[in-house]
Amino acid sequence: MTTTTPAAPASASATDAVPRRAFDIRPIVLVVAIALAAWPFVGSSSTWLTLTIAGLAMGMIVFIAASGLTLVFGLMDVLNFGHSLFIALGAFLATTVFAAMGGAASAPSIGANLGVVAVAVLAAMALAGTIGLGFERVIVRPVYGQHLKQILVTIGGAIIGEELIKVVWGPAQIPLPPPEALRGSILIGEASVEKLRLVAVVIGLVVLATLLWTLNRTKIGLLIRAGVQDREMVESLGYRIRRLFVGVFAAGSALAGLGGCLWGMNQQIVIPQIGGQVNVLLFIVLIIGGLGSTVGCLFGALLVGLVTNYVGFLAPKLAMFSSIGLMVAILLWRPRGLYPVVNR
Amino acid sequence: MLARLVSHDLPKSRWLAIALVAIVAALALTPFIFPGTKALNVAAKVIVFIVLAASFDLLLGYTGIVSFAHTMFFGIGAYGVAIAATRIGATWPALALGAICALAVSLVLSLVIGLFSLRVRAIFFAMITLAVASAFATLASQLSDFTGGEDGLTFKVPEALQPGTEYAAEPFLGASIDGRLVTYYLIFVVAVVLVLALLRIVNSPFGRVLQAIRENDFRAEAIGYRTVVYRTLASVASALFATVAGVLLALWLRYNGPDTTLSFEIMLDVLLIVVIGGMGTIYGAVVGSVLLVLAQNYLQDLMKLAAAAVQNVPVVSQIVSPDRWLLWLGILFVLSVYYFPAGVVGRLRSIGKRAPSR
Repeated sequence: MTTTTPAAPASASATDAVPRRAFDIRPIVLVVAIALAAWPFVGSSSTWLTLTIAGLAMGMIVFIAASGLTLVFGLMDVLNFGHSLFIALGAFLATTVFAAMGGAASAPSIGANLGVVAVAVLAAMALAGTIGLGFERVIVRPVYGQHLKQILVTIGGAIIGEELIKVVWGPAQIPLPPPEALRGSILIGEASVEKLRLVAVVIGLVVLATLLWTLNRTKIGLLIRAGVQDREMVESLGYRIRRLFVGVFAAGSALAGLGGCLWGMNQQIVIPQIGGQVNVLLFIVLIIGGLGSTVGCLFGALLVGLVTNYVGFLAPKLAMFSSIGLMVAILLWRPRGLYPVVNR
Repeated sequence: MLARLVSHDLPKSRWLAIALVAIVAALALTPFIFPGTKALNVAAKVIVFIVLAASFDLLLGYTGIVSFAHTMFFGIGAYGVAIAATRIGATWPALALGAICALAVSLVLSLVIGLFSLRVRAIFFAMITLAVASAFATLASQLSDFTGGEDGLTFKVPEALQPGTEYAAEPFLGASIDGRLVTYYLIFVVAVVLVLALLRIVNSPFGRVLQAIRENDFRAEAIGYRTVVYRTLASVASALFATVAGVLLALWLRYNGPDTTLSFEIMLDVLLIVVIGGMGTIYGAVVGSVLLVLAQNYLQDLMKLAAAAVQNVPVVSQIVSPDRWLLWLGILFVLSVYYFPAGVVGRLRSIGKRAPSR
């Protein structure tokens, strides 16, 4: 094949010399198609718009929480069952911040309220990232390359973490009411959108943009992507892949903390089992998207968010099974997920 | 004769052999040596968990795949009996029908999950089983007309097994010969048969292939074994054994609910039993179940005492309280995976081996 192609002109730039694989747009089409297909079933277009925006907001939150998991899996080949721990940490820390800054949270000023949210988000990321560092060191590092032990040990770590959370925050559920000015919803056209969801979407978009920019436009991102493709090669080029591992793990944990923080605000109630509940959803998203793929994770999350919302509206009892049904359908179509990572 | 009974898979350690004989003897004679209902309840639970953990070992220890849906099949078995007994009545045919239906459901479900998730990567299996099991637990608590929801189902067993049925006027060696005792021995005998059957499976040529897949699935495939088929068969077999364990538990408790069979905590218990006992040795499940169930029933009382003793120390009293039982279980779990990967059985065997080699 390669011999028949004419030699590239000498003037061609380096990017032309490497043929780029066309971006697979069919998953995007699928997301849009599902959203449009739900329209006639839902009936009224204002309800549909509300559901769609809520679904996309949920998908965004799920994506944030799942992005760390998929990065860690892609780069380090570690399926971290302890990811749920960082989600729970983020949510619980949000309750603490909200309680500590109760004055600002109950003030009707939107600036003060957003400030509280910002503090909660940053604190959650910082704490989850720091604990992620320790988790990598103590729990994960000794078992690199051993899948079976990884699953067992990270599960053990998640149990210990959840119990410690119960020690610190108590086993009862903690309400996490949104700040005063962020309660209720606003009307965009005919659709009513909860203000808090809007904040979540904005934060989600910022994270997504940062993540995509870092992964695609910076050297660290290049190394991470190269590491996902071929770890040994990156190592032999003289980069310390281990340091990259630690950084990605901490960043992934911080993202999980952020996701947990947003998820808790979205649910408005936090229970110690929150991590386990979300974890199941994250795994489904990862399988749908293709293990280790960031773009796949995004579309998987959006799909799951949309489908869960539509089904939850049309047939509430089936909502729990909609995501599993979706996963089965996607796997029938593409057994390795939407955007399979090629080398594994 | 004995060697044939255990499929020539002897304990290979004097201490292990002694422990196993002691466990089997103690379980066989529990009604007569340890009086009281609690002892009998604990012994019955040990027996059920031996079957459950041994069947899980077939997956985790022998095939090297992690399933989180094992309690789902356990629950299917228990629900099968419970639903049949409440709907049809407390008769033997009803129980048999319930058990057979449960087995059929488990068979189909495990086959579908296996074919779906083992086709691509073994790691999919862990994730998909986790998702399916959590969905199933939700389903069981939502279908409250059928399963009794969160409250579960309390049902009657056939008359021969009811506690009120007296077979002898006089108690024999301190134990009254009633339906409860008959139930206990029914469970005991079935469990012994099941464990021996599992030993037979893992020591058959089929079991050898499973171990080959565990060690190196690529090579196993290269030699010509369809790893997907073998893994799926292993998961189906283990699901069926778990279903029977569920039937046994439901018969003993005369009750079934989401917390008794489906909860994630039981899944953790099973994982812990297999890891502590020793993966890839059916005997490990026996030793591990005894240790864990005893610890669960008697160590928690001790923790209660300890918590009461340090009541005034703020953090410590929180940590040793019996509510934090899972914390200690988790720590024990992580430590045993790191430092004790062969489990009790592996450790005992290595002690036995070291002595003659010197």
